[in-house]
Amino acid sequence: MSGARTDIVLTVEDLRVVLDPSGIEIDDGVSFIIHEGEVLGLVGESASGKTTAATSLLAYQRRGAKVAGGRIDIAGTDVLSLSRPELRKVRGGLISYVPQDASASLNPALRIGDQLLEILNEHSFGSSQAERQARLLEMMDEVLLPNDRAFLRRYPHQLSGGQQQRVVIAMAMANRPRIIVLDEPTTALDVTTQAHVLETVRHLTSSYGVSALYVTHDLAVVSCLVDRIAIMYAGRLVEIGPRADLFTGAYHPYTRRLLAAIPDIHATRPPRGIPGSAPRPGNRVAGCAFAPRCDCRIDKCATELPPYAGPDADHQVCCWRWEEVGQGLSVIAGEELVFPTTRVEEPCRSVNNVVVDVRNVTAFYQRKEVLHDVSTTLCEHRCLALVGESGSGKTTLARCIAGLHQFKIEGAIEFNGKPLARETRGRTSAERQAIQYIFQSPYSSLNPRKTIRQLLAQPIDIFFDLDRDGTEERMVQVLEQVALESSLLNRYPEQLSGGERQRVAIARALVAEPSVLICDEVTSWLDVSVQAAIIELLVHLQGETGVSMLFVTHNLALVRSIAQEVAVMQDGRIVEHGVVDAVLDDPQAEYTRLLLGDTPTIPADCRI
Amino acid sequence: MPPLLKILIMRLGLGVLTLLLVSLVVFAATQALPGDAAKAILGKDSADTERYEALRKQLRLDRPLVEQYTNWLGGVVRGDLGRSLVGAGANVTDLIGARVVNSAILVLLAALVSIPISILLGALSAIWRDSKFDNAVNMTNLSLASLPEFVIGILLVLVFATAVFKWLPSVSNVNSLLPLAGQMKLFVLPVITLALAVIPYVSRMLRASTVEVLESEYVMMARLKGVSEPRVLWHHALPNAIVPTIQVIAINIAWLAGGIVTVEYLFTFPGVGAGLVDAVANRDMPVVQALVLLMAAIYVLLNLMADIFTILISPRLRTGLR
Repeated sequence: MSGARTDIVLTVEDLRVVLDPSGIEIDDGVSFIIHEGEVLGLVGESASGKTTAATSLLAYQRRGAKVAGGRIDIAGTDVLSLSRPELRKVRGGLISYVPQDASASLNPALRIGDQLLEILNEHSFGSSQAERQARLLEMMDEVLLPNDRAFLRRYPHQLSGGQQQRVVIAMAMANRPRIIVLDEPTTALDVTTQAHVLETVRHLTSSYGVSALYVTHDLAVVSCLVDRIAIMYAGRLVEIGPRADLFTGAYHPYTRRLLAAIPDIHATRPPRGIPGSAPRPGNRVAGCAFAPRCDCRIDKCATELPPYAGPDADHQVCCWRWEEVGQGLSVIAGEELVFPTTRVEEPCRSVNNVVVDVRNVTAFYQRKEVLHDVSTTLCEHRCLALVGESGSGKTTLARCIAGLHQFKIEGAIEFNGKPLARETRGRTSAERQAIQYIFQSPYSSLNPRKTIRQLLAQPIDIFFDLDRDGTEERMVQVLEQVALESSLLNRYPEQLSGGERQRVAIARALVAEPSVLICDEVTSWLDVSVQAAIIELLVHLQGETGVSMLFVTHNLALVRSIAQEVAVMQDGRIVEHGVVDAVLDDPQAEYTRLLLGDTPTIPADCRI
Repeated sequence: MPPLLKILIMRLGLGVLTLLLVSLVVFAATQALPGDAAKAILGKDSADTERYEALRKQLRLDRPLVEQYTNWLGGVVRGDLGRSLVGAGANVTDLIGARVVNSAILVLLAALVSIPISILLGALSAIWRDSKFDNAVNMTNLSLASLPEFVIGILLVLVFATAVFKWLPSVSNVNSLLPLAGQMKLFVLPVITLALAVIPYVSRMLRASTVEVLESEYVMMARLKGVSEPRVLWHHALPNAIVPTIQVIAINIAWLAGGIVTVEYLFTFPGVGAGLVDAVANRDMPVVQALVLLMAAIYVLLNLMADIFTILISPRLRTGLR
């Protein structure tokens, strides 16, 4: 699949990684190359095997997995055949790794200076300790971190998330490797921090000629960083090609659907989710693994795996209908979605009834003031998006309304004209029922020891006087609303995918028949493809039930797809508040403009 | 004031409060026992009401309870633990002094032997998890933990003192009047017995926390940085894995210090455990009160030390001090 260039740094040939001892494939027949100074984006949903493939480049497998075949060559070194001492030299020397979660990847017991110096020492960088010290200071400069002694003596927890990620990147660049593997390094970061980190990566790869493999589930993040993109699904590469070609003329239905799932600030239509979820290893079907979720599958797809083909050697695709897709075959069945444009030109107070009225609220965390004199309103049948970065106070405000804030609140929060007590226990049963909360992580918000039936029965039991059959009927009905099968009732949360879990969490809120639904970053833990499906669901539910919604997010790009109004928060204050189109098209606050600028976008000529 | 000193002082204050409560409970409990000290001393003669009343007066047992308690507590604070009710009525401090020293040496030796071995075993079974070594250590630990200490002691005596080899004395009647150096042999079997009682708990705890830490992302990161395996274990994993184990070590040492009565009896070792049992049997209340208070103080002190040590080796806690 290579062009005429000969400066190949990395060659992966037919890589197979399996679960040990079951032999179930995680990665199957993965092949790609990376040239010198080139950045390749490896894109796929959770469970696609992308991280497994990425760590394989360092001959590292997590417990219970092993390489069953294939060859990995980095600058002439056959990585998979190395002895342990040789491998130690390669890891952190020839090739280095930047993990997803820098805060968990830095040792909490060691000073960052020591951790940075360690990689130089272990690889005997230079010829003297003085030279290594000098390199340490230089590394800090490269990633734009202070290099004074006091900073180097800090422990990881004394750094911000962005600083931690820079430390990890500095570590990866320490011995001037030929290639670095970046495993979703910005997923846990705010957009502005993400933008800075991406800029640093771009700068380092271009100035030092380092090649990179950038692993992500979000095509928008890599749209202005990578040279080529490889799309991975169920352990196989389904399409690989130059960046521009993939955005403007993708041949695989999956690639196109991934593009369609990206919430884009400049997009003219809402993102479309991909129904279902990517199959985990062991649940994959014969033939094309994407066929069950594909809207343009044909009979052959279910039985025969398509060969790699494509317009040229640089752009390869694995689909029976790639030529038709390239010529514009629609990959999304069903009608086009539109933005929830029941939106109005002026703030709602005069038109709709106010459901939740937040007036001059100042809230404290312990003794620290975290919300400063915040006022906003949520109207009937409307969705208000609350946007801000971590620490902006958006979740605190949501929790104040929900009655989950444990510290002092000044000011008034009214619900249907009546003041709400600070904590839920001071509120009436009707008030508690009317305001429901959906949490950020579907992995920790569902009790792992309860079945979905038990989880859903609880609110019914508390708020309604239903007999057994009535409860069962209600549960089936609400599962249908969130597009889940009623057969899931007997399952435990861990048996479900992240998207399914979040649907259960939504069902648990809906079953109480609320009039206000508070969604706290409900998609931030999900893949973009699943995020789009959840947004579609929430928009549909809002239209169907008329529930008022407070949608808390750090992602401005999502706002247009779900809300009519938006409030932008910074440092505990609302800095801009208005109708979505007005705020996004003509932002007044400096901070809103900054956020808009840092939000990743896809090229304007992107074709789906 | 340095924040650590502040915590230390605060916790010491709390410790004193704990001991005060313990002293109340001890005093109340000894009062609640059937018969009083006068009856205990007189034995059968307590039927003689006149002598009984006279002795009660002499022991101040006729005073109100509150006064008895404050008198006793005042004595404790001044270092006067009262006089024994048994025999010639020796000073309690002199009576238990030798036993406390013996027990202290025994516990110290047991701790010095068991902690390093536990750490080594725990760490090695964690890196060689599910290997033959790990399984063997695991099996041995479980068997040791399921056997009572005195059974282990008897087995050791059988093997090393009587039936098989005759290398070591089976009786450890340490004499505190003779120099310690000549008596080290007497400590060997009790120390091994106690160490075998502690090692399973500490090493299994350390294994569990090390396994967890070895699965962490910072250990993965260290490996992907090219750090050697021994350095990964000793430099990256253990400093983090040891933290939850410190509390377990402290509780185990405190447990040893409380006196393993059965072990002391087996080896006829003159320690605090056996001393306490004797004192209870003899209704020697001042000795019971003194020993129980001492053991409570050791628990408080060891737990405080564990907390301070935890703070010292966890940067997050240390730098979080205000």
